[in-house]
This record gives sequence, C-alpha cells and structure tokens, in this order.
Amino acid sequence: MIGETVVTAFPSGRLFPAGGEKEERAYSAAAAVVDPEIPAVTIAELGILRGVEMDGDVAVARVTPTYTGCPAVLAIELAVETALREAGFEPRVERVISPAWTTDWITEEGREKLRAYGIAPPVKASNSIRALFGETEVACPRCGSLETARISEFGSTACKALYRCQSCHEPFDYFKCI
Amino acid sequence: MAAASPVSGEMLTAFLLRLADDHLILGHRLSEWCGHAPMLEEDLAMPNMALDLIGQARSLYQYAGEAEGKGRDEDQLAYVRREREYVNCLMAERQNGDFAHTMLRQFYFAAFMQPLWQAIMSSTDARLAGIAAKAEKEVAYHIRHAGEWVVRLGDGTEESTRRMKAAVEALAPYVDELFESDEVSRAVAEAGIAPDPSTLRPAFDAIVGPVFAEAGLDWVETPYGQTGGRQGRHGEALGFLLAELQYMQRTYPGMTW
Repeated sequence: MIGETVVTAFPSGRLFPAGGEKEERAYSAAAAVVDPEIPAVTIAELGILRGVEMDGDVAVARVTPTYTGCPAVLAIELAVETALREAGFEPRVERVISPAWTTDWITEEGREKLRAYGIAPPVKASNSIRALFGETEVACPRCGSLETARISEFGSTACKALYRCQSCHEPFDYFKCI
Repeated sequence: MAAASPVSGEMLTAFLLRLADDHLILGHRLSEWCGHAPMLEEDLAMPNMALDLIGQARSLYQYAGEAEGKGRDEDQLAYVRREREYVNCLMAERQNGDFAHTMLRQFYFAAFMQPLWQAIMSSTDARLAGIAAKAEKEVAYHIRHAGEWVVRLGDGTEESTRRMKAAVEALAPYVDELFESDEVSRAVAEAGIAPDPSTLRPAFDAIVGPVFAEAGLDWVETPYGQTGGRQGRHGEALGFLLAELQYMQRTYPGMTW
C-alpha cells in the first residue's frame, strides 16, 4: 500500500531500528535509496526516511515528504518498496507527516554531499529567518563566497530557492530552510 | 487522534471541506499561470505555491473523506462534486486578472491562513494539528513571496502602482467573507479544533498593515462585501474552473495515473 497517510511517528519516536538483524538489513536497503530529484543524496541523509520496523514478516518503512505537495514522494515510496522487495522483504511503505520534516534532519554528510553537488545546504536554525523580508546569508556552493543574491524564493523544486553568486557569477540552487 | 472530540462528524467534515476547497481552488488558479508568468522565476514560483496548496488540499480531503464516513476518497471529493457542493471562499475562485491581482490575492489568503494554521497546530485534533504543522512552514514562504511583490508593485512604477491599487479595489469585497462565523465554525471552535475565523482578523491586519504601509497602499473599505461561498453560492468563474479541473474524472470516471 502506497501513499497511506499516517500521522503518528514511530510509537517509540526512534528513527533507527532497535538492532534486530532483520531490521538492520531492511533499514540498510531502504536507506540506500537516493532522492529522485537530487540523486547525490540518499533519503536517509535527507531525513526523509523516518525508520524501518518489522511487523511480523512485513518490513514497514516510514517516509515523510519535505513539502506537502512534493511530487517526488510517490517515486520515493515506490523506490523504497522496490528496494525492500529486492532485499527479500515483504514491504509496506507508510507516509507520515507529523512531526513535520525540517531541514535540521539533513545529516552532516548529506549537507556536504549537497554542497559538492552544487546545491547550497540550508542555513541552520530554521526558525530564525521567519521575519518578513528577512535575508539569509547563503554561501556559494562553488566558491564559498558569501556575496550571493537571491533570484527567486522558489527554485527548480518546492524545496529549493534560486540564488546567484556575485563573486564567481554562477547561479545555484539553495535548499530552503524550513 | 482526538477520539473524544465533542464535535459531530458532519460538522468536522463541513469544516475540513471548506479548508480543502479553498486550497484546491486557489491552487488550481495559481497553476493556470504555469507557462504564462511575466518572468521565468515567477513561472517557477507560482506552480511551486500551487503545489503546496494542492498538497495541503489533498491531506485535508483524505481526512474529510474519513470523517464523513461515506466511503468517498480524496479524488471523489476533489473531482466529482457539483459546483454548489464546493464551499471555498469566493476570493479563491476569482479569475487571476493581472499579476498584481494574483499576488495580492495570494498575500491576503496566506495572511488569513498563517494565523489559522498556527492556531490549529495546538488543536485538540492531532491529525489536523499534524497537517497544520507542515502547512504553517509552507504558508510562511507564501506570505514572504507575495508580500514582497505587493511592496515592489505598490511602491514601483506609475503603472505597477496603478495596477496594485486596482487589485486592492477589486479584492476588497472578498476579504470579509474569510472571517465569517457560522454554526460550523463555531462548532469546531468550541471543540478546540480550530479558532473561529472571526477571531483572526487582528492577526490578518497585523500582517497586511506593515506591508501596505511599506507599499504606500491605503486600505479600501467597501460597504458591500460578497458572501455565499461557504454555502455553495459561487460566482460565474467557478463553473469554468471546475469544467477544466474535473474534465478527466468526468470523461474517464475512476481513472488513475
């Protein structure tokens, strides 16, 4: 079953399996799935994969969308289902929307990979930029310059904004901070 | 899940459908700009906001279908109801007009929704609170984006100022309807599910006021506010919108991708 919306997080609130051999294996399989829009990072690194638990013989993976209307969610859910099946599990993928995804869940490794891929990772402390017209200092992922300007609040996907570097003159995507 | 909620399923469904219809209809309107925006960045921005709205509508329709308990799913609620069964606010269905009109409409709607989502985040209804926690982050971006355009156009050239002022005039009759109170809104307010819209006007004014001040725009009071959307009484524009929105499901009932 794909796309079933479940609003609770894992009852235990934990993101990683307890350490059972099966769960570890299922988790590793699901965690290796890459984001269809940003294939440089895995869904685990983006914090989209909220965990995998065994329900009897069924591996239950829970994923959360970055944005409510993110069109990549379905592709991600199908990829997780396929990965689990290929690893020998009977898969079930559930969509959770609470707690709401935040860019703070992107791992350090994920941030570094985003930068290397040419996408500026989100500036930390997601609540500090709420003020209307608040500007954020975003470093260019190519040359590291802080002399950057926002071209558009919305970029190639819902989760990104469009910036331009004033030093090296390259345009780049910025992973919006939410 | 607030199992012991004292609100009836009928009231909850009615409330959820209002919210869902607002987001679907406005999302569809915004999506009409795709390929027609005045610049590439806006051609990305408007469909992005439309995606947020339609995604939020989807979560709300799923919940509404379950609360209703008649076996209708999100697609049936979104695509195969009749015009008079839609309960969106009239502002959402208004034709796009020019870019200034679209941006002001977006700004007003976001300024209405942000305090509403923020309040719903501490709703007695855990499921709705979860939807709100996500939507609240998204609407903050809409306020910022549309608000910047209100300032840029309002305080821009002679032509842009003229157009933004015309938008303020044109949308003035549709603002008060957002804050209407009736038995549905009062029932969900009493159950602690969502605040009554009539209590949200000060928060709306606190968002709109500073932006208007910076844009050099004056608030326009109108003696004849339009109403009826929540009861399914719509303007001429909605029928045409639905004809396009519902085309595939009407032509191939039950189709899926």
